[in-house]
Amino acid sequence: MSTDNVVDTKRRRFLVNSTSVVAAVGAGFVAVPFLSSWMPSERAKNAGAPVEVDISKLEEGRLMIVEWQSKPVWIVKRSAKTLSDLVSLDDILSDPNSENVDQQPEYAQNANRSIKPEISILVGICTHLGCSPTFRPDIAAADLGADWLGGFFCPCHSSKFDLAGRVYQGVPAPTNLVVPPHKYVSDNVIIVGVDEETA
Amino acid sequence: MGNLMAWIDERFPATKMWNDHLAQYYTPKNFNFWYFFGSLALMVLVIQIISGIFLTMHYKPDGAMAFASVEYIMRDVPYGWLIRYIHSTGATAFFVVVYLHMFRGLMYGSYKKPRELIWLFGMFIYLALMAEAFMGYLLPWGQMSYWGAQVIISLFSAIPVIGDDLTLWIRGDFVIGDATLNRFFALHVIALPFVLVFLVIAHILALHEVGSNNPDGVEIKKNKGADGIPLDGIPFHPYYSVKDIVGVVVFLFFFSIVMFYFPDGGGYLLEHANFIAADPLKTPEHIAPVWYFTPFYAILRAVPDKLMGVGTMGAAIVVLFFLPWIDRCKVKSIRYRSVIFKVNLTVFCVSFVVLGWLAMQPATEILTLFSRIFTFFYFAFFAVLYVTSKNEKTKPVPDRVTS
Repeated sequence: MSTDNVVDTKRRRFLVNSTSVVAAVGAGFVAVPFLSSWMPSERAKNAGAPVEVDISKLEEGRLMIVEWQSKPVWIVKRSAKTLSDLVSLDDILSDPNSENVDQQPEYAQNANRSIKPEISILVGICTHLGCSPTFRPDIAAADLGADWLGGFFCPCHSSKFDLAGRVYQGVPAPTNLVVPPHKYVSDNVIIVGVDEETA
Repeated sequence: MGNLMAWIDERFPATKMWNDHLAQYYTPKNFNFWYFFGSLALMVLVIQIISGIFLTMHYKPDGAMAFASVEYIMRDVPYGWLIRYIHSTGATAFFVVVYLHMFRGLMYGSYKKPRELIWLFGMFIYLALMAEAFMGYLLPWGQMSYWGAQVIISLFSAIPVIGDDLTLWIRGDFVIGDATLNRFFALHVIALPFVLVFLVIAHILALHEVGSNNPDGVEIKKNKGADGIPLDGIPFHPYYSVKDIVGVVVFLFFFSIVMFYFPDGGGYLLEHANFIAADPLKTPEHIAPVWYFTPFYAILRAVPDKLMGVGTMGAAIVVLFFLPWIDRCKVKSIRYRSVIFKVNLTVFCVSFVVLGWLAMQPATEILTLFSRIFTFFYFAFFAVLYVTSKNEKTKPVPDRVTS
């Protein structure tokens, strides 16, 4: 082998390359704790306990907002007419039958997207870019068109949803509003954040 | 004194750096008005760093205390109002000078060979600046801070498969909260300023390596005298350092008018909704980003599909990086380029401004249509440029700079 001043370039290249690879792998491992530290902390994960809501005072056609996991959750009491109107919108909605299963629990995958037909419970966060849409129950509102049957309008990017949180076609929001897990403990008391027992 | 400098120069290249970058850095003698904005941008960076350091001494990056600590700075800290207005006016001033600086580059072809890397470093500065401004805007923890951040972070949720996990990782919580505020503070005051300063140094080093372009787009290094100095070059210091001081004075004149008399810029610089503390349950009726982001926001709104909208907006920024290779014309300066280029550039700039205005308006049907038309023009600039620049009918470029 090289005894005097001859440089063994092959060996040198091998040493440089192998050192670089080892260093890169090491740097990758070192990056893990730093990048992981950005994930939600244990404290954040534990927050957002279920909330209990009394809806006995909720009047027909009205909306109440409760906070769950720091998100607005809407509870709307719909009239019989509203419920019958919902069907007429099917043709201009993106997902009228709630086929996207990520957007609601199984027990809310029905025509009204709710457990009780008249009570709609939705996470009030637009599925486009996270604004909170405005409740617009006024039928045929001037700015929303003569065929507007009431629903939710997102002021940020003009997405429209009906009173079951189903998204209209031709708006930027891709999916229906989320129905959170919830259950009824009595006729007028709801717990948001806990699934209804399926058994 | 001479002995001291000699002592230092043996140990640190102080005189060499002074000469390389100032006293013997030869710059074209025909710089005009448009050449003020590079040095002004550097000065604004310094203003922002200094005023920012002092703001951190009174600000609390805590979801429960942030909004009140900003009010505390405004009302109770001696001259706190002034330091905050310097910083908020500085953010707007930064984008004003950077946009004018970029427009200068477009006009005179300053991004062309051999200055592609200067342009790329500059684009990265622009990107870092947007991130810096965005994160800084969350810190006052007002309604606009909160919902603006909500929208921008949600942009990442459009990315297929990893989108939702990515936004969770950025926020550090299931919604924007204390964790988000705290990390944005760290990025805003430590990480991004470091990145910005590093990029600015790279930008200037690359510039001083190849030499400055000029309004004629003539390479002054092609005509050197017997002493090796470009015939059309004058040393940056004292010639342009003195000229730039005039620019600084005029600039600070306007800066002061805004800072003292219109610090909220009629709701365009400090938006009205931001004087209300962040409320996660209620989005303001009308939300719009601060003016310097509006052109891209209009492009986002113009597309009625989440992924496509975000993609189009991203493309509007990314395409700028490729400008040195999209423009294939050998002639640099607009002075010697074709009418097509002049019209094309004008349409581009008008589109950029109109899009900026459109994004501040509520999205009605007719305005959305306009957004679409001008988004088309924005991108058409690059397509037309690519097609027409290869065999563009240009005027003869002089050998030496004109006055």
